[in-house]
Formats: sequence, structure tokens, C-alpha cells
Amino acid sequence: MNEATPSQYSEEFEVNMGPQHPSTHGVLRLMLRMNGENIVRATPYIGYLHRAIEKICENRTYAQCIPLLDRFEYVTSMASEEVFVLATERLAAVEVPERAEYLRVIMLEFNRIASHLIFLGTFSLDLGAITPFLYCLREREQIMDLFEMTSGQRLTYNYIRVGGVAYDIPEDFLPLARKFVDTFQHRIDDYEAILTQNPIFLARTKNVGIISKDIAVNYAASGPVLRASGVKWDLRRDDPYSIYDRFKFDIPTGTVGDTWDRYMVRVQEMRQSNEIVRQALDQLPQGDYKTKMKAVFKPPVGECYARIENARGEMGCHIISDGSTKPYRVKLRGGSFCHTQLIPAIAPGMMIADLVATFASLDVILPEVDR
Amino acid sequence: MELTPLFQWIDTQLISLVEWLGLPIWFAELLEMVLAAVAVLLMAFLIVLFLVWWERKLSGHFQQRLGPMRTGWHGWLQTIADGLKLFQKEDIIPTNVDRKVFFWAPVVCFASSYAAFAVIPWGEGVIPTDLNIGILYILSITTFVVISLLMAGWSSNNKYALLGGMRSAAQIVSYEVPLTLSVLGVIMMTQSLSMVAIVEAQESVFSWFIWRQPLGFAIYLVAAVAETNRAPFDIPEAEQELVAGFNIEYSGMKFAMFFLAEFLNLFLVSAIATTLFLGGWQGPFLPSWLWFILKTTFVIFVIIWFKWTYPRLRVDQLMEFCWKVLLPLAFLNLIISGFLFRG
Repeated sequence: MNEATPSQYSEEFEVNMGPQHPSTHGVLRLMLRMNGENIVRATPYIGYLHRAIEKICENRTYAQCIPLLDRFEYVTSMASEEVFVLATERLAAVEVPERAEYLRVIMLEFNRIASHLIFLGTFSLDLGAITPFLYCLREREQIMDLFEMTSGQRLTYNYIRVGGVAYDIPEDFLPLARKFVDTFQHRIDDYEAILTQNPIFLARTKNVGIISKDIAVNYAASGPVLRASGVKWDLRRDDPYSIYDRFKFDIPTGTVGDTWDRYMVRVQEMRQSNEIVRQALDQLPQGDYKTKMKAVFKPPVGECYARIENARGEMGCHIISDGSTKPYRVKLRGGSFCHTQLIPAIAPGMMIADLVATFASLDVILPEVDR
Repeated sequence: MELTPLFQWIDTQLISLVEWLGLPIWFAELLEMVLAAVAVLLMAFLIVLFLVWWERKLSGHFQQRLGPMRTGWHGWLQTIADGLKLFQKEDIIPTNVDRKVFFWAPVVCFASSYAAFAVIPWGEGVIPTDLNIGILYILSITTFVVISLLMAGWSSNNKYALLGGMRSAAQIVSYEVPLTLSVLGVIMMTQSLSMVAIVEAQESVFSWFIWRQPLGFAIYLVAAVAETNRAPFDIPEAEQELVAGFNIEYSGMKFAMFFLAEFLNLFLVSAIATTLFLGGWQGPFLPSWLWFILKTTFVIFVIIWFKWTYPRLRVDQLMEFCWKVLLPLAFLNLIISGFLFRG
């Protein structure tokens, strides 16, 4: 049933899926060449959300770039701030206080959980199960509340700054965060109970959209997509940044690289992130939350590339500085862009329903693809 | 509080009215028919009003939210507000559609579900008409829904609509087979196709057919959910794949007709399940029509529960499930019933 076999009675036709289609998570446009329900060819068209973020950065000071970069990957804004700040700090050799590093890790991991919750919700939504989506948003809401009480924002935080973080956490942050960490592991059990071994869910995800190890590596897949294909590669362990080498956590991997593996890897990652947050909350030291910076920040001439492990794979930022207050060039790298390229490689022979499931499991976010 | 005396009273009043007017006696029967049809239509509207609100409330509570709360007490006016909105909507007919077919599709869809209500036994003596082939009539008249979906999908001049129409046609035609076979077991045991006779065969709680035909009931329930195009079998309208399926080009009242028919079908399959397997109106203490409504509501609750819990099957898996699992099971059930209950 899955092979696209043209016969004299069937005629191939084009279906334009998107840019306003409920399951394309934003404004991706897919041109599908169909043979009945089977896909012969899928071509993604991107660029509907291009905002020239990299170019605008060249006209802004380093501090002004941070709120703009919140819009680069808005589901995990903390990560897009962190990667830029990390590159800048390495360029200018800025010391970051201990407490600030811990706060950053707490926020980053909370943000990763929030992002994976969005993935879990929209993924089950794309499979037709509506209820898990609202459960996931309920938990995400608590994380958003924590972010709001710290940074004043719920989506675009402008929290991680060069040399530290913008504000210290308020008094009632710690008890609430601890409460969340304690309850969240049971919530994940609930999600798994409703999905993981559900026969319909298994039928829809097992052996669907298989991305082999070779394809994953050759197409520069990273993050959960790469790990689901069986490659144990996590920048938090393999190229530690910030203070990730101080925490104990596992790197969940899949075996086949199908849609179910990608789902499972992300669910496990939520558990691991939860553990990292727990450890960070326990070890959180007292002290300054930012270093005193000069009023006019000018990094030395040079260039620097920083990369971090984001919820959607490797997120990188290459800054070239000419010694002025503004970066000469900023180049961003996001996992979603590479993962979108996987579509033409794995889509042929699938049914539309499988493509929807597979695309959801790649967890692509379009603003990051288009910048 | 049985309703039979009320009907008898209406009956005598009508006959005396007709005699007083000096009209032939068949005129009274005609009047009765019209009255019954209008009553059923009103009932159908009331049911849909309630079901839409109830599904929204239930789904809300399943999902840790409240559902509609603003219009009236706990939002009970919500469906009426939605209906009024749909009445006011512009009736858009896209260019290049087959206008006649496009117009008649929702009408056929609604009419076939409505017509099936003619043989639903609401209570003891509360049945519009007790056909001696009642269940056969329902099974055949509801098949018209397929034609209407095909009409809608074909005439809309839209690829998504066409895909949706074809999918639902394939699905409903396939699931009709195990559905009919599961019903056959009950018919074999009652030796009658009449809905009233089937209910009367289930006098006590232990003679309900759900105990004597458990497999048949399970098959019926699954096939019925597929028949109504509800999750996990809502392939025809899979919004993530087809946006809305066969009714994508419909708006305003035409859309409302499809919507009405969808919920009428939901009620219909639950009412049939109640009649065939759950003893229909039979039950102690409460009046018979209340028992019927309570049992039907429970079945509807279960079906809604399915919808808000399960993901959706893929279209080929759906077919495989029907032909490779449900159909053999239905035949097995038929054979077992044949051996166990030789008349």
C-alpha cells in the first residue's frame, strides 16, 4: 500500500499544502506530487517568515541584538539569547558569575521542557488526539509563569545578557520551581500513559518516517532528530558550554529513527531536563547575578562561533567583530533549517497522514528556518 | 408517567375533530403522521442542541478546562447562539461548482438521518411507526449519507473535498458490512426485524443482548463510531491532512445541515445500540422513555469519550482493521450465535 505505483488508471496530481494549512506549524509551504493518497515528491518552499534578523543585527549594538534574537526561535527564546551572548562573551572574554551561570541553566532547561511540551502537544494534535495538547499547555503555563515573574515576559524574555542575567530571581521563584519539578515527573507519566503504548498511536508512529543514521548525519540533522536515529551526540556533553559539565544526566537515544523514536527521545529528554533543573536548584550559589560591564561595550576585533544544544538541535551563532559597538556580521544556525531539508529525502512513498506525523515529529519551527 | 395515554388522547381528539369537520377518517391518520413527523423533527433539533453543548462541555472537562461558560448558565445557550450565527452567514457558492449537486448534498445528508428516526422506539408505545422491517430500514436509509458525502466532495471542485468525500465513502461502505453482520446476531435471536419486537425480547436486565451478544455489541460499537466519522475514525474530516474534508467549501446553513446530520447520526447509532443491545426502554421505576434517553445518553457519552482520548488511524490502517479484524470477528460471532441459539 505504501509504494507509489503508477498505473494506467491513475493520474498524478499536485497538491499545494500550505502556507496556511493547519498542520504545517506556521507558514511552511509543501508542494506535493500525489498518486492517490501516496506522495511521489514533496518540495518545501520556505521564506514566508523572513525578517532579515541577521542583517538587522549589524545595525544594532550587542545589547540591542538580544531582544531581536528572541524572535529568531521564539519557542525557546532563552536558547537564542544564550547562543548569541555566549559567542559575545567568548569574543570579549567576559567573566560570568557563578550564580548567573546557574540561573541560565535553570532557565534554559525550563525552556527546553516548555518547547518539548509544545512539541508533544502539536504532535498528538497532528495525529488527531486533541486532549494531550491541552494537558501539555497546562504544564507549559506554569513554566511561563516562572519566566514571567523573573523577566516580566512570557515569550520573548530579553533575560540573558552579556556578563550575566538581567534580574535575579524573585523570592517565591524557588519554592514554585521546586514544586513544578516535583510534580512534573508524574505529569510525564500521565502523558506516556495516554500515548506511548496506545495501539493506535503505535500504528501511526512505529516505522513511519524512518531516518537512518546515514541520512541523519549527511543532512546535518542534530538534536533529538539525530539522537532518535541512534547517534549519541549532545553538545551539552560533547562540547560543554556554560556549566553543563557539573550535572549528571543521560542522553536518551532511539534505535530505528522512526517517528515513535523521536517522540520517545523528547519525552525522555524532558525527564532529564527536569533532573538538571533539580540539581541546579539544589546547587544554586549565592552571589552576583551579573558582572559590572562598561557603559559602552566594544569587543575586540575578531570572530567567534558558539554553539549550544537547543530543543531543536544544534543552535549556532557566528559573530564577526570589527571592534565597534555593533557586530560586523552575525550568522545564525538552527536545527529546523536542516531538518526541513529532510522532507524531500524521506517523503516519497509516504501517505499524506504519515507526512503530517513525520513533519510534526521533526519539530520544525518556521521562524527559525526563515530568520 | 408513560406517554401512551397522551397519544391515545390526541388520537381520539383528532378523530372527533375530523368527524366534526365531516372529513373521511384517513384524514385523521394523515394529520397524525404530520404531527408525528413534526414532533420528531423538533425532537431532533432539541437533541442536536443538547448534544453539541454537551460534547463541548465534556471535551472541556476532559481537557481540564470549562468549555462554554458565557452564554447562559454554564453556556447552555451556546448552541443556539452558534445556530443564529450560521443562519446569518452569507451562503457562499464557489465558482465552477456543480450547483445542483452542491445544493442537494446537505439536504440528502440531513434527510437520510432524519428519515431513520421514523422507527426509533422512544418508549413503550412511543414509536413513530413500528415497521416490521425496522432495523433493515434504518440500515438501508442511513446508507444515503454516503451518497451525500460523495455528492458534496465531487461537486465542490476542490481536491481536499474530493479526497475527503472519497475517503468517507470508502470508510462508510466498508464499515457497513461488519455493522450489519453484528446486528444479524440479534435478529437471529429475536426472529424479528421489528424494533419493538427486539426490545420486547429483552424483558429483564439479564436478557439484554449485551450479555448474550457481547462480541456483537463490541463490533457494533466500533463500526458505529466509524459510521459516524468520529475519532478515532474521523479520516474524512482529518483537519490536519484535509483541512475539513468533504464540507470544506460549505458555509452558512448548508454547513449547518451537515453539522446537524452529523450529530443526528451520533444519536441514531447510540439509539440503535440501546435498542438492540441495552434493552431499549426496559427498566424499573422510571418511565420507559426516560430509560431510553438515559441509556442512549450513556452510549453517546462513551463515543464522545473515545473521540477526546484517541489519536486518529491512518486511512489504510482503517481499512485493514475493518476487513482483517472486524469482519472475521463478525462472521465468527454469527457462526457462534447460529450454533448456540438454534431456534
